[in-house]
Amino acid sequence: MATSVSQKRPARTSEGVLLKSLVAALWLSFLFLPLKGLSAAVVFFFAVALVLVFSRSLVKYHKTITGMLPSVRLSGLFPRERMRILIFLSFLFAAAVPLFAGDYYIDVAILAGIYIILALGLNVIIGFTGLLNLGFAAFYAIGAYAYALLHTKMGFGFWTAMPASLVLTTLAGFLLAVPALRLRGDYLAIVTLGFGEITRLILNNWDSLTQGPNGISGIARPEIISFPLNTLASYYYLVLCCVIFSIFIIRRVHASRIGRAWIAIREDEIASSVLGIHATAYKLYAFAFGAFWASLAGSLFTAKMQFVSPESFTFMESVLIVCMVILGGLGSITGVVIGALILVILPEMLREVQLYRMLALGAGLVLLMIFRPQGLFGGKGVSLRG
Amino acid sequence: MYLLEVRGLSKYFGGIKAIEEVSFKVRGGVIMSIIGPNGAGKTTIFNCLTGLAKPTKGSIHFSGAEITRLEPHKIARLGISRTFQNIRLFREMTVLENVMVSQHSKAKSGLLGSILRSKKFSDEERAIREKANEYLGFVGLSEYADMLSGSLPYGAQRKLEIARALAADPAIILLDEPTAGMNLQETAAIMQLIENLRKLGKTVMLIEHDMRVVMGISGWIAVINHGVKIAEGSPDDIRKNPQVIEAYLGKDY
Ligand SMILES: Nc1ncnc2c1ncn2[C@@H]1O[C@H](COP(=O)(O)OP(=O)(O)O)[C@@H](O)[C@H]1O
Ligand SMILES: [Mg+2]
Repeated sequence: MATSVSQKRPARTSEGVLLKSLVAALWLSFLFLPLKGLSAAVVFFFAVALVLVFSRSLVKYHKTITGMLPSVRLSGLFPRERMRILIFLSFLFAAAVPLFAGDYYIDVAILAGIYIILALGLNVIIGFTGLLNLGFAAFYAIGAYAYALLHTKMGFGFWTAMPASLVLTTLAGFLLAVPALRLRGDYLAIVTLGFGEITRLILNNWDSLTQGPNGISGIARPEIISFPLNTLASYYYLVLCCVIFSIFIIRRVHASRIGRAWIAIREDEIASSVLGIHATAYKLYAFAFGAFWASLAGSLFTAKMQFVSPESFTFMESVLIVCMVILGGLGSITGVVIGALILVILPEMLREVQLYRMLALGAGLVLLMIFRPQGLFGGKGVSLRG
Repeated sequence: MYLLEVRGLSKYFGGIKAIEEVSFKVRGGVIMSIIGPNGAGKTTIFNCLTGLAKPTKGSIHFSGAEITRLEPHKIARLGISRTFQNIRLFREMTVLENVMVSQHSKAKSGLLGSILRSKKFSDEERAIREKANEYLGFVGLSEYADMLSGSLPYGAQRKLEIARALAADPAIILLDEPTAGMNLQETAAIMQLIENLRKLGKTVMLIEHDMRVVMGISGWIAVINHGVKIAEGSPDDIRKNPQVIEAYLGKDY
C-alpha cells in the first residue's frame, strides 16, 4: 500500500506541473494577443509553456544545482590585495569613460551612477538593517522635488538646493520611520509601499505647488563656482564624485559600531536589544541615512533632466531599486554596485527586444531567487567584511 | 546587600499564569540557580528580568534601582546581560564581531567620528577588538575568531553566547540552560566556565532543568514548579526538600 502511494505521487505532481504551466502560458499569451496578433501569441504561448515547464522541473533538482554552482564570493574570489587593484582599475575605467564613449553611453553611465547611489542607500535599510522598504522611491521623489522647488521657487543654486534637499529628505526619512517601525517584516513592507504611493499621489495632485502631472521644468544645469557643467562629460564627473563619496562614507559607517548595530539588529533584534542596542533608534538612523542618499540621487537626477515629474517615482521604481540590492547581494557594497550596474545596463542593451526585456528580467530574478537567494555576489557572509 | 531583588513577580499570557508571585534575592558574587521542570516558568523569569517580557505584577530592583518595566537596552546598560535557551547568535557575523557588538554601549564615537576616522574612533575600535579577543580567549574560542558564528559547532556556539554576554560587561549574567543538548564532558567544561565567571567577580544566575548539574556549583538554589517558587535554599536543603523531590519525581516516589 505504502509503495503504491509513493509511486503515484511523483507522477501526479509532474502532471500538475504541466497543467499549471500550460494554463499560465495560455493566460499570458491571451494578454499578449491584442498587442502583437495571433501568430505572435501562439509563438509566445509555446515559448512561455516551455520555459515554465523547464523551470518548474528544475525545482526538483534545486538542491543539486545550487550545490553545483560555485559560491561566488568576492572576498574569496579575490584576496584583499587583488581586490584593491581591481577596484582601483574599475575607478580608472570609470574616470576614462567620457574619453572614449559617445553621448548615449555617457548618458547611460550617469543614470547608472544615480542608481548606484540609490541602491547603496536602500542597501543600508534592507541589506544592513534587514528592513524591507518597498517605498524607497518616495525618498528619491522627495529629494528630487525638494531640489526642484527650492531651485525654481526660492532661487537656490545647485550647491545650496542640494544640501537643503538632503536635510529635508533625511528628516522625512526619520519622520516616516517613526510610525512605520512599530511594524515588523511584511507589515513594514506594506506600509512603506503605501507611503511610496501616497507620496507620488500627493506630488501628482498638489497642482499649486508641484504642477501635478505636468511636472516642474526650467531647472538650470548645476555650476561649480559659476562654471556651468554644460557638457555631459562634466556632469558625468560630478555624478562619479558623488558615487565615490557615497561608497566611501557608507563603507566607513558600515565598519563602525553603528554598522555593527545595524547588522546585529538584522540578525537578531531581540539579542541585540539585551546587549544594550537601542534597536528602534538604530532602525530610525538606518531609514534616515538611507533617505539621505536617495535625496542625493534625486537632486542629481533632477539637475540632470532639468525636469521632474511624478512619473519617475512609481512603485516600479522602488521595485527596481530593491532588485538591484537583491541581485548584487544584500548587504555587500561591491555586490550592490554591480547589481545596480547590471540592472541599468542590461535593459539598455536589450533595447532592441524592448517587449521581452522586462520578461527576461523577471525570469532572471525568479531564477535567482530559486537558485541563489543570497544574490550574485553576496556570498553567505553579509558580515562586516562584505 | 543584595544585587537583585524580585518581589511578587507574576506574568500571565492571557489565561496562562507563566509565573505567579515569585520572589527571591540574589547576593552579589554568587552563583544562583533556578531549577524546575520544563514549562515551569524559568525562562519567563529571565525575560522579565531583561525587559523582554513586561511583568503583570510585582517589582524588580537591581543594585538599588527599580528596573521593572524598563526597555531591554536600558536594563542591559545598567549591567544585566544574558544568554538564550535557543541560541541567538548573529549568525552572519564572525565570532569576533559577535563579541564586538556587545561592547556597543561602552563606546561613544558617533557618525562623524566613524566617517572621519578620528584618533578617538580608531583607539576605541582597537580597544573593542582587543577586548573581544580577550573574551574569546576566556571561553577558549580564539581559534574561531574569523569564522562565521552560524557555522560554529553547537558547543562552541553556546560558549560564544557566554562570551558575548560577558563582553557587555554586566554585573550579573543570566544563563538560560547553557548545557542543553551537551554531553557529560561538554557540560563539565561549561560548569568550569561558569565557575570562572564567578571568580572574575560576576554574579551568575543559572537556569537548569536537570538539578544534578547545578548542585555542585550553586551557592543558592530556587525551585520553580508550575510558575510558583516551591523551595529556596542551599543545595543541601534543596536535595532534602520533600516538595522538590515530589515535583521532580512524582508523588508516588
Ligand atoms: N510568549 C509567550 N506566550 C504565551 N505563553 C508563553 C509565552 N512564553 C512562555 N509561555 C508559557 O509560559 C509557561 C512557562 O514557560 P517558560 O518560562 O518558557 O518555561 P521554562 O523555561 O521553565 O521551560 C509555559 O506554559 C509556556 O507555554
Ligand atoms: Mg526555558
